[in-house]
Parts: sequence; C-alpha cells; structure tokens
Amino acid sequence: MAVISIERMGLLSVVCVSLFFSSTFAVDRGNFKTCDQSAFCKRQRALKPGQSPYRALLETLELSDSRLTLQLINDNNKVHLLLELYRLQGNMTRVKINELKPLKPRFEVPDVLIAEPPTEPLSVLSKDDNGVVLSLGAENQRLIVSARPFRLDIMEGPEVLLSLNSRGLLAFEHLRLHKDTQAQADGAEVKESVDGDQQQDEGKKDEDGESEKEEDGLWEETFKSHTDTKPNGPTSISLDFSLPGVEHVYGIPEHADDLKLKTTDGGDPYRLYNLDVFQYELYNPMALYGSIPVMLAHNTQRTMGIFWLNAAETWVDISSNTAGKTVFGKMLDFVQGSSEKPQTDVRWISESGIIDVFIMLGPKPSKVFSQYASLTGTQSFPPLASLGYHQCRWNYNDQEDVKSVDQGFDQHDIPYDFIWLDIEHADGKRYFTWDPHKFPQPKEMLQGLMDKRRKMVSIVDPHIRVDSGYKIHNEITSKDFYVKNKDGKNYEGWCWPGNSGYPDFTKPEMRAWWASMFAYDQYEGSMENLFTWNDMNEPSVFNGPEVTMHKDALHGKWEHRDIHNIYGLYVQMATAEGQIQRSGGVERPFVLTRAFFAGSQRYGAVWTGDNAAEWDHLKISIPMCLSLGLVGVSFCGADVGGFFKNPSTELLVRWYQTGAYQPFFRAHAHLDTTRREPWLFGPENTALIREVIRQRYALLPYWYQLFYQAHKTGMPVMRPLWVDYPKDTATFTIDDEFLIGSDLLVHPVTEEGSRGVTAYLPGAEEVWYDVHTFQKHNGAQNLYIPVTLSSIPVFQRGGSIIPRKDRVRRSSTCMENDPYTLYVALSPKKFAEGELYIDDGHSFNYDTKKEFIHRSLTFANNALTSSNLCPDCNFLTSSWIEKVLILGASKPSKVLLKMDGKETPVDFEFDTSMSVLTLRKPGMNAGADWTLLLQYQRYFQC
Amino acid sequence: MTCLHLLLTLVFAVSLGTPVEIQRPRGVPLTKKQFYEEGKPFTCLDGSRTIPFDRVNDDYCDCKDGSDEPGTAACPNGSFHCTNAGYRPMFIPSSRINDGICDCCDTTDEYNSGAKCENTCKELGRKEREVLQKMAEITKEGFLLKQQLIEEAKKGREEKQGKVTDMQENKKQLEEKVEALRTVKEAAEQPEKEAKERHLKAWEEQKAAIRLEKDKAKMAEAFLELDDNSDGFVSVSELQSHAELDPDADGTLTETEVQGLMGGAAQVDTSTFESVWTNIKDKYHSESQPEEPAPVETPPDEVKEPAVDNDSEPYPEDDISEEDDEDEDDKDDYHEDDDKAPPTVKTPEKSHEDEEAMPPYDPDTQALIEAAQKARDDFEDSEKALRVMDDQIRNIEKELSFDFGPDAEFTYMYSQCYELSTSEYIYRLCPFNRVSQKPKYGGSETNLGIWGSWSGPENNKYLVMKYEHGTGCWQGPNRSTTVKLTCGKETVVTSTSEPSRCEYLMEFTTPAVCQEPANTEPSPHGHEEL
Repeated sequence: MAVISIERMGLLSVVCVSLFFSSTFAVDRGNFKTCDQSAFCKRQRALKPGQSPYRALLETLELSDSRLTLQLINDNNKVHLLLELYRLQGNMTRVKINELKPLKPRFEVPDVLIAEPPTEPLSVLSKDDNGVVLSLGAENQRLIVSARPFRLDIMEGPEVLLSLNSRGLLAFEHLRLHKDTQAQADGAEVKESVDGDQQQDEGKKDEDGESEKEEDGLWEETFKSHTDTKPNGPTSISLDFSLPGVEHVYGIPEHADDLKLKTTDGGDPYRLYNLDVFQYELYNPMALYGSIPVMLAHNTQRTMGIFWLNAAETWVDISSNTAGKTVFGKMLDFVQGSSEKPQTDVRWISESGIIDVFIMLGPKPSKVFSQYASLTGTQSFPPLASLGYHQCRWNYNDQEDVKSVDQGFDQHDIPYDFIWLDIEHADGKRYFTWDPHKFPQPKEMLQGLMDKRRKMVSIVDPHIRVDSGYKIHNEITSKDFYVKNKDGKNYEGWCWPGNSGYPDFTKPEMRAWWASMFAYDQYEGSMENLFTWNDMNEPSVFNGPEVTMHKDALHGKWEHRDIHNIYGLYVQMATAEGQIQRSGGVERPFVLTRAFFAGSQRYGAVWTGDNAAEWDHLKISIPMCLSLGLVGVSFCGADVGGFFKNPSTELLVRWYQTGAYQPFFRAHAHLDTTRREPWLFGPENTALIREVIRQRYALLPYWYQLFYQAHKTGMPVMRPLWVDYPKDTATFTIDDEFLIGSDLLVHPVTEEGSRGVTAYLPGAEEVWYDVHTFQKHNGAQNLYIPVTLSSIPVFQRGGSIIPRKDRVRRSSTCMENDPYTLYVALSPKKFAEGELYIDDGHSFNYDTKKEFIHRSLTFANNALTSSNLCPDCNFLTSSWIEKVLILGASKPSKVLLKMDGKETPVDFEFDTSMSVLTLRKPGMNAGADWTLLLQYQRYFQC
Repeated sequence: MTCLHLLLTLVFAVSLGTPVEIQRPRGVPLTKKQFYEEGKPFTCLDGSRTIPFDRVNDDYCDCKDGSDEPGTAACPNGSFHCTNAGYRPMFIPSSRINDGICDCCDTTDEYNSGAKCENTCKELGRKEREVLQKMAEITKEGFLLKQQLIEEAKKGREEKQGKVTDMQENKKQLEEKVEALRTVKEAAEQPEKEAKERHLKAWEEQKAAIRLEKDKAKMAEAFLELDDNSDGFVSVSELQSHAELDPDADGTLTETEVQGLMGGAAQVDTSTFESVWTNIKDKYHSESQPEEPAPVETPPDEVKEPAVDNDSEPYPEDDISEEDDEDEDDKDDYHEDDDKAPPTVKTPEKSHEDEEAMPPYDPDTQALIEAAQKARDDFEDSEKALRVMDDQIRNIEKELSFDFGPDAEFTYMYSQCYELSTSEYIYRLCPFNRVSQKPKYGGSETNLGIWGSWSGPENNKYLVMKYEHGTGCWQGPNRSTTVKLTCGKETVVTSTSEPSRCEYLMEFTTPAVCQEPANTEPSPHGHEEL
C-alpha cells in the first residue's frame, strides 16, 4: 500500500492534499517530470548524433596486467577524461570514464558489486596513430579503440558486436565553478551547455543573451513548487551504444510496459528514478518504484547485456533502424538483399556520477545471467515458506481479525503461510511498535500462528515519525543518523506518520544500528515467525519533489542526487541483515521491498507496487516480473486481485490463477476496498481459488529447486520463452505466457469472459503435456485451448521430471515430511531429466554445513535413476517417493525397483488413453540412490 | 523408508464409564465400521474399485473418494474421524493427519509426526459442558425474558392500538370543537373590528381639528411678527426681511418674488393674510424661535394602531416544527412574549408625539376586543391540541407499522439506544432508528447508517439488522452497519468492528432472539457413538 487516504491523514499539509486530490483515478502525470522538465535530460537529448568532439590521446595509454588507461580530450573545451578498460573474467568488459582531474571526486556507486570483479589479462595486438587493437582473450574477440573521434568497438571475428560512442553521444559535463564565483577569464569557452556538444559551430548564433537563458537549468532548477539548488552545477553524463544485428532489447525495469522495449523516438526515454507513483498508468516509459540499469540485447545468434552502474536519475533512449518497418518491409529487405543490417541504438543519460559500464558478452542467455550474477550476486535463497501463499490487506484490523482470517483458511481448507500487517498495526505509524488497543498481545498472536506452523509479516518503512516520545527517532537523532537537508539540518518530510525523518541508510553504521533493532529484545513483540516488509523506500516523501526526496539533501558528503536509486536497496539490505542477526546468523531472512536497484536480488523479494483491480493490470504483471527476472530479481510478484478498487469475481479468480504461477504469490488490497478473502465469493469461487492455491503448494518442491538454482547460477525462475528458445524468433516478443524454469509453460487467462486462449508451444523438437489432462501436444505450434473459469493452461515439457508434493496441507511447513510424486514427462526420444533439492527449508545450514540433498533424476533406456549431485552433502529427510507418473510411456510388463543391491517388483497402472504409467508406492526415501526399471517383453510389444 | 503404518489401531472409547474395545481401521467412524472388514477386499465407498484389504490405510491413495485412507494423509479428499472420548467426536480433513498440529483433542490425528499433543478432551468436555450449561441457563432465562417481552409488547400494542382508537375518536371531537371555536372567533372579531374602526375614525377627526386650530394660532402669531410697524398690515418690505422665504433659493428675496408670494397685493391684512400664509408657512421661520425644526414631516399616520394588531398574528404557525419535541410549557413562554412585546413597540412613539397618542378605547370597545381575543386564544389552543394529537397518532401508527419480530419481541428496543465505549469511540445503536459513532475525546458524531431492514438468513431474518445510507466515505460508499443479534439476558452491544472500510459490524445480545430450550435436560456432551 502506499496511498494517501485523505481521511486518515489528519496531519497532512494542505499542499500535499491538493497534490493528491486531483489524482483520484489515475496517475497525475503532472506530478512527474518528463525529459523536457528534467534539465539535464533536456540538455543531453538536444544533442543529436554526429561526430564526437572526444579524441583519445594514444600517447597516454598505459597497460597494466588487467587494466588499460587512456586519456580522452574534448576538443571543444579541452577537458581531459580518463578512460579505464578492464577485461573481466567470464567474458565481460568494463568501461569506466571519469574526469581526469575533477574539481572534487565524483560519486561512484558502492555496495552493488559483490566484490571487485576479477580481471583477466589484456594484450595489445596492434597500435598505430588511429587506434589500438586489444585482444579479449579467447574466441577471437577484440576491442578496438579508435582515436579520432574516440570510439570503442567490440568485435568477434569480422563482426561488430557492440560499439560505444559510434554516434558521438559521449557527453561528460565536467565539474566547474559557479559563474558567480569563477574568474571571468575564458567565458567564451564555457558557453556550451554540454561539454560534448559537437554542434557548437552550428550553435554559435545562440551565444550571449540566449545562451544565458539556456543555462537556466544548470545551477538551479524548479519543478512545480520545488527548487533544486544545484551547488555543483551541471554534472550529467551520457554515452551511446550501437548493437548491430539486434532488434530486441529487454530489461531496465521498472516500467509498466511490454517485455520487449520500444523505441523512444518521438516520445520520452525510459526513465529510471525510484518514485512512489500513485495509481500508475500502463504501457508508458514513466519511472516507477525501482530501477535496475541493465539492458539485454538478443538475437538468434547472441545475447548480450549492458550494465550501467549509476544510481542517479537516468534516462534511456532506444532507437532502431527497423522500427516502423512492417513485416512485409523487412521481408522485402531480405529478398532484395538490403544492405542495411538491423541495428538498435541505445543511449544512457544520468544526472551525476561517472560512466561505469559492464558489457556482458554472453553469448547464451544463461551466460549473460551468470555474468551479471558474478557482478551483483544472485537471488537470495528464500525460506521455503515464503514461496507459499501470502494473505495481505491494508489492514487486518486487530488481533481478533487476524485470528478469524486465520481460522477462515482452515474452515475453507485453503493453505497459506503468511498473514501480513500493514501500517495500521503500528502505534501511530511508529514502526517497530504495536497499536496498544488493536494489537495488545503481539506475541500471543504470533504464537497462535506458530501453533498452526504459519508466519507473519509486519511493515517497517524507512520514514521515522519525528516524535520525542519515540525511541527509534530519539536514537537516530542522538546518533545523528538522519539524512540532512542542504543546510545541514535533519531533512524532514511528510509521510504516513506526518512529519518524518529519513535515516541515512547509505551509512554503514546506520545500517548496522537499524539491523540491531530487529533483535527480539529490541523489536518488542516480535518472534522468529515475524518477518518484514519495507514499503515507501524510494524514498516516498509526500511533500517532496515528485513525491520523493529533494535532490540537494545530503548523505554525508554526497547529494541525494547521486545516490537516489540505491536508497531502497540499502533499506532492504539493512533489514535483511537484521533478520539474519536476530537468529545468530542461522535463519534465512524474508524481506519484501518496493524500491530496488541492481543487487537488490540479494536481499529478498520485490513486488510491482500499487496496481489496480483491472484486467490490464493483471496482464502487465507478466512482463513486469519477466523484465525483473532478466536482470536478476527472480522473487517477483504483483498484488493478487489488484491493490486499488474492487475486482470482479472473475478477475479475482483469474488473478489467483495467474499469481499462483508467479514467484511471489501475495493477495493485497487497499484500505478502501471491500474484504476479499478467498471464501467471500460463494462456494464455487472459493473452490476455484482453493484449487489453484493447492496447485501452487503441490509444486513447491519445483519452485524451491528453481530458487536454489537461481541462487546458485543467476538463472531466472520465471522466464520469457526466448531464454530457453533463443533461436526461435516467434518467442521474442511473447509476454502473455512464460516459463517457470525450463519445464513448465504457463499461459494464464487474462481476458475477461475468455472462452479460449492461443498458447505458443515452443521448440520444434519438443512435446508438451497438459499438466491437468496429460494430453500431449507438439512444439512449435500455436495451440488453441478452450477455457472455462477453472482452466489454467499449464504444460510440462517432454524431457523433464518435476517432483511434486501432492498432499497439500495447511501450510508449507506442515508438508515438510510428506512424500513426493515424480512427474516424468518423456521426450519423443523417451528421455527425461530433472532434479530434486531438499533441505530444512529455513536455515543457512545448506550453505554453512552442506545440509541438503541434491539429486539428479534421469529417465533413459526405460530406467528412472536417482543419483547424488552432492556426495559430500549431509541431510536426512523422512520424505519418500510415493508415486511416479510417466507421461508418454508405453505399458511395461514388469517394473522393478533396484535399491541396495536388491530388486523388488513395483505395482503399476497404465492409462492407455493418455499413455500414462503410474508406479504405485515404490516407497524409497527421497535421499536414496535407486533405479526403477521398466521391463518390456518382446512378444507383447508387437 | 517404507513408511508402512499400522493397519489397524485399537480404539478405546468410553461410554457410560465402561471401557469397550472395538477394532476398526484408524480414522473410521463407528457408523462406517461395517465397510471395513478385516481380511476381505475393500470396495471404495463410492464403489469405484475394489482393493485388497492390506491397501486400506497403507499410506497410498487408491480410491478416488479417499475412503481407503481414512487414517492417513494420502488422499487429498479424505476425512479422519476422531472419537474424542469425553468431548465431541469430529471429522477433520485427512490432510491434517500428522501435520504437526494437534487437531483432535484425543491426539489421535498426530500418531506419527513427533508433535507432542496432550489429550485435552476431558478438559474440553468439561469446559464445553460449562459453556453449554451457561448457554442453556442464558437461553432459558433469556427465553423467559423473551416471553415477558412478548407479553409486554402484546399489551403495549393493544394499549397503543386502543389509544389510537380513542385518540381518533377524540380527534374527531376536537376537530368539531376547532370548527365551533372558529365560528365563535369570527363572530367575536366582527364587532371588534367595527368598534375599533369607529374609534379610529373619531380619533382621526379629532386630530384634524386640533391640527387646524394649531395652524391658525401660528398664522396669527406670524402676522403679528411680520407686521413690524404694527399697522395691521403686512407689507412687501416687511415680508422681504424674511430671506428664508426666497422661492428660487438664490439668496436674495426680491421685491417681485415677494409680490408673487403676496398674490400681487402690496399689503395684506389679517383676513387676506391667510392666502399668503399658505404660500409661506412651510418656509417661515418664527422670529422668536428661529431654530425650531418644522415637525411637519413626521408621519403620524404610521404610528396609529399601536401593538394591538400584533396579537392577531398567530405565533404557533412559525413553531410547528418544534412542537414535536416540546410540551405545553412552551405556551406560557409565548404568552409572556405577547405581554412584553407591545410596550417595547409603543414607547418611542409616545415620547415624540405624546399629545397625539390615541386615547384609550372606550370601555365598550375594550370589552369587544377582550371578547374577541379570548375567542382567538380558545381557537388557537384547540387547533394546537389537534395538531399535537395528530402527531401522537402518527407516531403511534409509525411504531405499530415496524416489524418487531414474529411475536413483536423486539418492540421494547424501540426508542431505546444502547452504547458501547471503545478506546477511541462511543458507538450508539438505536434500534429501528440509527447507528452512530462519536469520538470519545471531542469531534462530531458520524452516522453509521439508518434503519434499513432485517437481513438475517432465510430461516431467521431476525438475527441480523441492517442499517444503511450513513455518512458517505471519502472515495467510498456510504457507511453501513450490520448488527448481529445473539441470545443474552441483557440487551447490550458487545462489540463493534469495521471489517471493510466503512462497513461496520456490531454484536448485540438480547433476550428477544433466545430460542426455546430444546428440551428440559440438554445432554451437553453428545454421547459417543458407542
């Protein structure tokens, strides 16, 4: 939740009320800047492609083992820049550009990279006056540095993979003294608004009076009633990237838009600036709650990534030479052998900091994921229970309410793991406290949930009520941990509690203190089954510019301008650390965040913020989470049912059906909506919702294993089809269906009154089994599936083995020792493989003590074998294999279980109509080595 | 691990204090024991298939209806029966077997989970019996109270109906009386009016005569003043000394102008001065009292007829709306006002034109006025009494029109209000009227809904009251309140909550919903099946 309800905000200033009042039913675009209203974006965007004024000074080249440095000069203003090139392990190149001698240091984003990335040696292949050719190690890859004008090209063989500054849009606004204070010496030289302005000649007529006006946004900028004093003047940076042969680019979340990024010609660029957007609109490039400055480029040959490590406000322009061409036009080009290769051009613009870019060269999608993971880390491995169903509402009113909702789930036999408390649970929005009337006995409540093996989440937001009777505020004040305003006083803004301070989470000491507040003796009323939700951490400031913090606020010596997009990451980081510490480092944390940045995947889950109960919002949840998955954040979900407004029953049911197949599965609703617990819509709909939540729970072993994989390798859990079918162009723009891992294909029904959906089943070699009927379908086809309200089109890939726990209970914890059923879906070649991962579900012992079971399951040559992927692991489970379903099998004459040197016959049944072989109760322990052998007698075969 | 569990378990059950051993598969209720015959093939209870008996409770689901696994969690749709000796037997979904949570008080659902469950059946049974007993007592007493309420309501209703009938009768008489008094009033007002008019006319004439007299005196006085040489004539020059008489107000009174005033004559004597006086009297300044303002402009006509007329305006007409709440006492207030009002109006006029005040009515006229006033008062009183009676009848009829339950048992709540104080608010339920909420520490009252309808379940709609169309919510619906009624000895609001924004829920106990106890000897702990 995150919306102002005027009724509740008695303390809210009139200014703030008027700010929100007009925006009752849709985003008030006027509250947020366009590129034109953001001075640096406007300046930078006014630059058009052309010859770059930058020149590489090759004589300054220095090559150490792993690093090449070189000076660049802007021939227009003679400012020197320093270029650093690194060859990183795992087929990546890092390009850093900073001022050679800045007036004072420029901000470089800390705490995002998990370590200084390990390098590999660079070597110079050739060098002349025009440039330098460097070897990028294996695979015939070279990096070419051209001197005049400066540009970089990464080649593989004869092909250019990626070029930097090929359109001459490198622009670096160097730090300068304010015109009032600087010596008037060479006034003529500082007129250009952007250092790299190669159009200076054309622009000469703009001199004098007019250029003074143009400089308006340089030292001060006003938006609505807010003035941004810019004591450092203009500091923005920009660089262009050209991607020959690329027509599809993805990523740079968070935007409520399609999976495939659109060209931005004629409109605004995609904006990355963490903002609390009230009732956001769909299908546009406006900024939302989080920012991950990572873009993937994909074609049938290669997948690459660009990671622009900058935490300031950032805009990304995308253009394409094929955009606007029709399919027919493209075909014509092909037939006529058009010389023009498709190309996508991308331009990044940030307000401050330095240029620090990581180029991930793939070439496979999985390789890009591991490359990015090697830089910023992988998805944290969540507690198993957090993959279950979450029941949230703004607000569960009191302990009684919590109890009766909890009982409602049992009465209606619907499983759930977490019930959530929004802001009303705290005493006057003082986080870490409980409302003494509504929640007088939090421990009693938590114990009640624990008795049911369930858990709770309470919200802890980063705005702190300014109140001398509030311990948290007093401690932060006395430790001087608040963010400061430009005058050095504590920054204060309006948020839920009224006047609030904002702790400076960029300070490690502050984060350590914050973490310590989650100790059981500090956070009174908390217990080990209480987890945390960080909302409003963009940060949201109701009366601030664009509902966030003033850019000239200070975090130590850095401006908020420099760190804005990483603030939310720090909040979640400190909170997750607090949860780890309270258990003595034993238990895994669970923290949900709304704001995020590159690296946030390491700290927990993300949701898509305050959506609405509308069909389009249900649809957009798919591309929004897919985009996040591509750039590291696997644990993503949208509010099931939609946050604002009341969903129709059909929409609610469809949303449950979709959400159950997305990683983070939480229903949530605004304070002003009517109650919508799953049993409030009549027995038929209760049954539909129960059924889909049960499907989710049955698949928890698969989800858990995929999160383990994501944690280990960086592979996204919820994926676009092209990730697994990178050569199938038909998959490149699909974002109404998706894969969970490689083996489940989901096409949710997201249309009102739908009677059927057309799902694309990828892979010419593949077969897909309907998970409900076991009917087999061939790959590489568009399959029309008639649907009713109970239908959820889900398919299991032939060639895969998915372990399920079909005994669904009240909560995931209750299912801990339950047996598995293996769903073996045979490929056309009668082959299948899968994995089984088991641990205690909640501690770090899998990591610290290797206490887990990781097994490979293979079906080949009529034998299903479980073998150990981690022989030195050590974990005992009482779970066993109760059933094996083999889809696409033929009927054997005999089935034998080979285990411990013994062979025992296994009962089986065979369903001829769907060719499903069911092995009855083979009974082996899930951690054991075993083989199930299907025997066929020749005689009966023909 | 094979996880073969015991096929059978010994079930000890307690019946009438005598322990009896009955063998049957775990989780099977006694009523279904006959379907599970040891050693014989088991047919799923839906008849879908038959399996060997050793597959019953073998922790693998063979029957689609779950009937082969009553004692394990193998089937998704199975149910497990716990005997719960000492308490109530019950079925739980088989997914709750061995899930680490104690569901059956006899602990039989957690036979292999490691959960440490204690047998709480005796305790629960005891508590339940206590609760049931208490409930039974409450129900019993409540039901008695309800009978009283019904009786009272019946009496009250009859009384009220009787009262209405009586009042209808009285009303008729009253209407007749009003008509009669109207005639009397009108009859008395006619002579009053005539007498008053007569009196007034005489007074007017008298006033005119006095004015004429005064003017003549003034003229004579002026003549003497103007006749400076006392020759018995007023000449042009003598008149010319009075500059204020200048007709064109140019500051000089010319001879011609004076001649004009004098009608062309060179001088006038006392007899002809009258025509000159007419021309000059408006401007003429007496020489002896030069500053005296001319009082001619004061409109004496408007101050005639003081006060008396006010009484004919009937006050009550303005105050009808307030009469609903107020009693006869108010009448006295009005009369007081009547008495006070005239002097305050009269006073200023008297001071100005004392000598011109109308003389009091002569005794005959005064008598007529008093008689008419009395007739008016009588008429108004009777009219008001009629209105009051009308309201009373309407109120009673409105009350009688409410649905106070099948036996009018809810009648007693009518026109009552019940309050509940929480930490923040005082909630107020006025049945059949409205629900409201008032902040405890200042602030205005919020309407949470006005009486809508009974809206309980079909079999008993009198268990829920619905109040609707309260104060609107920001961005939301109008507030509404659902009141759930349960049996209690006292009529009390026991809790309030706001489950959804602006939709309130109130729990309300009353004897009026207490059901007749089923039998005199309720068996609190349902007998086990043995």
